[in-house]
Amino acid sequence: MSKVNDIFGKDLTVINAGLTSMAKSVSDQGVKVIDLDWCPPKEGVPHLRQTKDGLDIDAANQEVIGRIKRGQAVLAGMGIAREVIPGMHSHMLLHAGPPITWDRMCGPQRGAVMGALIYEGLAGDEPEAARLAASGGIEFSPCHHHHAVGPMAGVVSASMPVFILENKAFGNRAYCTQNEGLGKVLRYGGMGAEVTARLKWMETDLYPALDRALQSLPNGIDIKSLIAQALHMGDECHNRNRAATSLFLRAIGPALARTNRDNEQLARVIEFIDRNDHFFLNLSMPTGKALLEPAEGVPGSSILTVMARNGTDFGIRLGCMPDRWFTAPAGKVQGLYFPQFSEKDANPDIGDSTITETAGYGGMAMAAAPAIVQFVGGSPQRATNTTLEMYEITAGEHEQFTIPALNFRGTPLGIDVRRVMETGILPQINTGIAHKDPGIGMVGAGILRAPEQCFKDAFDALKDL
Amino acid sequence: MIVRSIVKPSEYHDSVSLMLVARELAGLEGVHDAAVVMATDANKSILAGAGLLTTDIQAAGPNDLVLAVSAVDEPKAVRALGKAQELLKWKASPESAGESRPKSIRSAVSLYPGANLAVISVAGRYAADEAWEALRHGLHVLLFSDNVSLPDEIALKKYGREHGLLLMGPGAGTAILNGVALGFANVLPSGPVGIVSAAGTGLQEVSTLLARAGVGLSQGLGTGGRDLKKEVGGIMMLLALQALQADPATQVLVLISKPPANEVAQAVLTQASASAKPTVVCFLGGELGALEMAPNVIPARTLQECSLLAARAVHPEIGDIQAILKAEKDRLEQHAIVLKEKLQPQQRYLRGLFSGGTLCYEAQVIWKDMQISPVYSNAALQGGLALPDSTKSYGHTAVDLGEEEFTVGRPHPMIDNDLRIRRLLQEARDPETAVILLDVVLGYAAHPDPAVELGPAIRQARSLAYSDGRRLPVVASVTGTDRDPQGLRQTVSALGAAGASICDSNAAAARLAGMIVSA
Repeated sequence: MSKVNDIFGKDLTVINAGLTSMAKSVSDQGVKVIDLDWCPPKEGVPHLRQTKDGLDIDAANQEVIGRIKRGQAVLAGMGIAREVIPGMHSHMLLHAGPPITWDRMCGPQRGAVMGALIYEGLAGDEPEAARLAASGGIEFSPCHHHHAVGPMAGVVSASMPVFILENKAFGNRAYCTQNEGLGKVLRYGGMGAEVTARLKWMETDLYPALDRALQSLPNGIDIKSLIAQALHMGDECHNRNRAATSLFLRAIGPALARTNRDNEQLARVIEFIDRNDHFFLNLSMPTGKALLEPAEGVPGSSILTVMARNGTDFGIRLGCMPDRWFTAPAGKVQGLYFPQFSEKDANPDIGDSTITETAGYGGMAMAAAPAIVQFVGGSPQRATNTTLEMYEITAGEHEQFTIPALNFRGTPLGIDVRRVMETGILPQINTGIAHKDPGIGMVGAGILRAPEQCFKDAFDALKDL
Repeated sequence: MIVRSIVKPSEYHDSVSLMLVARELAGLEGVHDAAVVMATDANKSILAGAGLLTTDIQAAGPNDLVLAVSAVDEPKAVRALGKAQELLKWKASPESAGESRPKSIRSAVSLYPGANLAVISVAGRYAADEAWEALRHGLHVLLFSDNVSLPDEIALKKYGREHGLLLMGPGAGTAILNGVALGFANVLPSGPVGIVSAAGTGLQEVSTLLARAGVGLSQGLGTGGRDLKKEVGGIMMLLALQALQADPATQVLVLISKPPANEVAQAVLTQASASAKPTVVCFLGGELGALEMAPNVIPARTLQECSLLAARAVHPEIGDIQAILKAEKDRLEQHAIVLKEKLQPQQRYLRGLFSGGTLCYEAQVIWKDMQISPVYSNAALQGGLALPDSTKSYGHTAVDLGEEEFTVGRPHPMIDNDLRIRRLLQEARDPETAVILLDVVLGYAAHPDPAVELGPAIRQARSLAYSDGRRLPVVASVTGTDRDPQGLRQTVSALGAAGASICDSNAAAARLAGMIVSA
């Protein structure tokens, strides 16, 4: 008997693409109909199913999705950048986003570079730091070229302590600094004595305390699992990390207490983490990086493995071309500003934190974090709709990361450059806003969409593959 | 009077939305006529006929949306165009802000993993891609869209055959799957007859005639009009036939198609003979010679004969169908004599204005058998004469208003009566018109109440002719059942009240019209 016979006698569930009248006449008969909100694909965008070499793109993408889903990101320990990040040296500064030279760096990026050079003792003051940065004596390199990610300016210098995230399923590692908090901080381009002093304290007090605690935990802390829980507690783990930070503190709390003799110092560590709702961001981000790296280099995959900005350029990389950046000018963030600041003060979009959207949370999981839409005066419904829209451009869904408001559906995972081009729907990004001038810091937070041009270029390159 | 237009390059709206907008515009005060259509050549010629073809529209291409109005003065025209743009924007916005609908088949499937059928009616150039998406996600497909390339159709159907998935179409307007009417289809009782049809209205005509004879349907599967071409090889006809042969609910099979390529006909008949189930085969307009050779195969000349033979296969007590047809013919003869008497000598030609392609074809088969010739058509029989200009009748004419040339970027005449009404009045003004033949198709997806619009139009056509000193017979058949949303009985009585002669089938109506112009 033909397999066609299987449909005979079954209840029909109909997907309607096209005339709404067709959907209506079927639903009038009491049959379940999903009437698509169908739009024609954008003009001149071919439907790519295979690469020129005949590789099945969908199959490649399923491989990528499988690898990301199988990943297990665990906070395995900490270390000093110089000692643990591959390729790091004393005259190297890592930065967020695609490669950039000093002369093209935006204000906050320059501020962070100068601040880091002062912190490292390579320069005594800002003018000296600026001269050194411009002299060619400092090697600038994207975090992403070193298995690292950095929020906002994303500057990592040799002495900075970093978290080490290990993907237990694949054995790869990812790195990220400790989060400094909000306001006038290095990653937003802040400089000055207070910024340097805080960084020093994080190096001499915070890091050793956390490091000792982690060393007492042989299995580390399962950060992927904390993200999954936080998504059920109102976080999307990019722009809202309040629940996740609390969960982290709860997870590390006993170990911190056991490994620290000085109660006052311990209290300051706990206070520091507790007062910084974004402390967890610097764990959420390297988790994304650790999950995505095993997906790099899958031939024929049209899924993004990197999405990152340096405040000047927005860059993406595809799974099938992991070493090639496609860039476009970084976009303007739509958002809410701290008192005395406004849109006029805002720097364009900046930071590696879009690794979260790339890995299937952050803006992709807006529906889990309705509070986020307040940044743009939106409603919880808008948050839900944003996530639903993201399913149109992703190749799969997470299993572990789910959204209660969507009946525990998995978050949209794996941005497919083909879908972005076909639908014209650009990835949703949730982000903080840095002041455009060096030395000032954070001025607000908001949301925006990725710029189209880099997707177009990546799609064109995919067509030629 | 003044005509104003706007061209919106590369703007897409589905044709039903456009129709709704045009209708609202035409109802505005001071507006004579309005059109909101894609600027295809066919639509341009319709606009020209309506006096709405501006130079802007002339220069527009088939991907451009055009809005045109004729109004009493400039402000009224401008206001109407403004209103149109407002309406289009409104139609384009989602139904309710609180609901987000999936935008693609892929995301719909991930949201509703139990989905098992896709109904695709997007513009032809996008249709193949959507059909691929559906098949690859394991969905059966009703591909309503036209303008899908032959290579695409073949590739899709081969994939469907390999994976046991129906790919009904392209251009499949009708299917009844598990009792659910898909596309243009009627409300039918369930029963033992399974139909596979390459012709949508053919499936509707046969299934409704069966229903009226008290015989129900198991499945009604469409294959699209090109399935039995040599290039496609009848892939879907064969797949569907095998499935129905194996289906315990199906006891009698019916196959409907225009005459297939010889080798395809052979393959279909061989497959039909492979089962003991009686199989009525209607290769409309084809030679019946080969059919009589195949065991279990019962050949039918027309859709009407097809339904009678299938009914008899279920209920043998129906007896000799030739006797039934003979009795009907005698009744029609009597009727024709009455109608003929009052015609003027120059009223010599029949004019068939069809919404159903297969019904247009069946009528021509009947006229050929009645030796009424030549008949010109935009959908002529094999070896028939093509109508030089589809927008004008010439001699005996059978025009299929559902042909692609009329439907690109505008609704099908089964949904929108506008085009047919214009044509009806055009024929009424022609002193050579002896009789106008109409098919009226009811059921889901069709116009919610065609009689409300066609009735007054028939009246108007007859009085137009009458004021010119002519009697104008209008003959019609209604394809439908009493359980259709429009109701068979109400439609028949409304059209009858408007002065039309209503016959029980399209074949009977064609015969009556033919008798009126026969010597």
